[in-house]
Amino acid sequence: MSGACPVCGTGVMAGEAFCENCGHDLSSVPPAPCTACGAAAVGADGYCENCGMLQPTGRDHVETEAAGAAAVSDRGLRHSRNEDAMALLSLGPAESPAGQGAVVAVVCDGVSSSPRPDEASQAAADVAAAAIVKRLADGDDPEAATREGVRLAADAVASAARPGEDSPACTYVSAVVSGRHVTVGWVGDSRAYWLGAQSALLTEDDATPGTHMLTAWLGADAGEVVPRVRTFTTDGPGAVLLCSDGLWNYYPEPEALAATALGDTPLTAARRLVRMAIEAGGHDNITVAVIPFGQGDRTQTTVAFPKERSD
Amino acid sequence: MTDFTIRVDQNKYLPAGSQEVHGIVTVEASGPVQTGPAAEAAEVIIIDTSGSMSYGKIADARKAAQAAVDTLRDGVHFAVISGDHQAEVIFPGGGGLVPADAGSRRAAKDAIARLRAEGGTAMGRWLRRAADLFSAHQAVRPNAIRHAILLTDGKNEHEPAPEFDANLAYAAGKFVCDCRGVGTDWVVAEVRRIASTLLGSVMDVRKPEELEADFRAMTEAAMGKTVADIALRVWVPRSATLNFVKQVSPALEDLTGRRADVDALTGDYPTGAWGGETREYHISVSVPSGNVGQEMRAALVKLVQPATGEVLAGGNILAQWSDDPAQSTRINPRVAHYTGQQELASLIQEGLQARNDGDVETATARLGKARGIAERAGNDETAKLLDKVIDVDPATGTARLKRVVDKADEIALDTRSVRTVRMRKDPES
Ligand SMILES: [Zn+2]
Ligand SMILES: [Zn+2]
Repeated sequence: MSGACPVCGTGVMAGEAFCENCGHDLSSVPPAPCTACGAAAVGADGYCENCGMLQPTGRDHVETEAAGAAAVSDRGLRHSRNEDAMALLSLGPAESPAGQGAVVAVVCDGVSSSPRPDEASQAAADVAAAAIVKRLADGDDPEAATREGVRLAADAVASAARPGEDSPACTYVSAVVSGRHVTVGWVGDSRAYWLGAQSALLTEDDATPGTHMLTAWLGADAGEVVPRVRTFTTDGPGAVLLCSDGLWNYYPEPEALAATALGDTPLTAARRLVRMAIEAGGHDNITVAVIPFGQGDRTQTTVAFPKERSD
Repeated sequence: MTDFTIRVDQNKYLPAGSQEVHGIVTVEASGPVQTGPAAEAAEVIIIDTSGSMSYGKIADARKAAQAAVDTLRDGVHFAVISGDHQAEVIFPGGGGLVPADAGSRRAAKDAIARLRAEGGTAMGRWLRRAADLFSAHQAVRPNAIRHAILLTDGKNEHEPAPEFDANLAYAAGKFVCDCRGVGTDWVVAEVRRIASTLLGSVMDVRKPEELEADFRAMTEAAMGKTVADIALRVWVPRSATLNFVKQVSPALEDLTGRRADVDALTGDYPTGAWGGETREYHISVSVPSGNVGQEMRAALVKLVQPATGEVLAGGNILAQWSDDPAQSTRINPRVAHYTGQQELASLIQEGLQARNDGDVETATARLGKARGIAERAGNDETAKLLDKVIDVDPATGTARLKRVVDKADEIALDTRSVRTVRMRKDPES
């Protein structure tokens, strides 16, 4: 398998002239012209070779769903590109030795002052989500799987550094939701919230309070990356929310987020939160993942927060 | 092999409506410490032997040239030119360049020992003679580092200006030439023009007896170059204008006029030969104004070997429009530093010119302001030289021209005005 048909998404082999499914001519994929000047000369790095304008990417607005969870990422209003990235994967009960399915979500926010932050965040999110799912399938517990996800994501971002420039960098937050348990892991200031009867912020920003100065991140210049990992137990109902600071800069309070996010499908909730951030100014890229959680009576919900840090 | 890296320092954020983009491009050549094969270097030593060089200067010039010959590595191809109103290749006899070895060094030093000071000064003819030697050599060894040393003590009095211009243009691009002025009868602007056109340095040598050490150092530096004929290749978008391309470190050199078009959007700016060293360039581009949030590449800067088209390194100068004044009004410290260094050089050169023209008011204003910039920027050497030309009252800041100024001090100040200091510490970005 060498790729997917651009029309229908069916896998196609290298050298095939037409898509077996829809008949699309695979040999004639014209490069998209520049959105600013129309020249057919957009370089591989995304800048037009005629007018210099950076082209919008497929990441300007992205939505994804898996096993009832949803994630939405948007460029916002003031950034030229979306430097956030997300990944959402699920694991069925039959695939995991513990017999419990799991939803794995990762949100990463590229550091704008570093080179190619969009590549850093995408690599970190993709690598981490795939690694966590694989480790869970191999029988690791969610905390061990989360640490492995961060380790591989950190390696991926560090290896993207090139001589002569600063290191690409991004933040990281992940959630493994399985059974009654939520395991979050993070590096930097992307956040995880529990939204339900006792809504709460589950992470503590690795940042100097009141500023956006990160004290931890993924990148070749980050030193040894030690994620903070915690597991929470709850009965629900509710949802786990992961987000970049493009949302929480405007809406940091768990209760306000819960009021907006609960009572709707995860995709609708994620879209609504993104739209609220845009309407509040949209100063940064915005990424939101919503993983619904738990059954039962809302009044009987219990949430057990860990007393000790598990790192 | 030498590795090149490019780093760009800039603030890419522009206020809405703004169109001017500045970047400081740092080019670093590094890699395992090594010198190129000696056979791939060519050196021509040009000694002013006009009549004014008598009274001892010629003796020091002989010692200096002999020291340079001693510094050549075995196998380096070389020649020695004696320059007066004509140019004579005094070594080797046959005209071309010969490899350095014990025998050729001895023969060259014997020829140098016989140099006599008489006749006039026609530097353009010396350079043309050197250019022909280098061209013949380049036909055989196209990758050779081609370097010359020119020593003079006087004005270019025996060659009509149009002929000098033509000779200088003829030599441009054929070799790199470091120039040295000795004594107080040479004209800084004239020699600076030669060095500038031939991508070399100009320095004053206050005492003839300092020449020997200086020639040795210059030859050693030339022997340390490993890659010849490197160009900065600058692309700007179709609707943009490239305002200037200037080298700003280790010395100021405006390269804007040296452009060789590659295509409609791209030009090459020659930088000469490179060893293990770092140079910085200031590039300014005017772009059409964009919308908040839009990002564009204002310039793509590459280091290339024009002969082969090989790209050695590259970097972007970007522009992104922002409505956040905290972003868009921030001035990159490196850009600010080198803008200040350029202003300092202009103030010194204009101030000295005004002083020579008898315009005391302009001279005082320019040189007084220069003194302040030099001190704030840490140009201690320049500040000391300025102190020999003006007095500044530390209490009031009032500047006053000194009535008596040593001509050598004035020449030193003028010569060194283009040398910049690097920032003491890398700025936090
Ligand atoms: Zn298809
Ligand atoms: Zn374009």
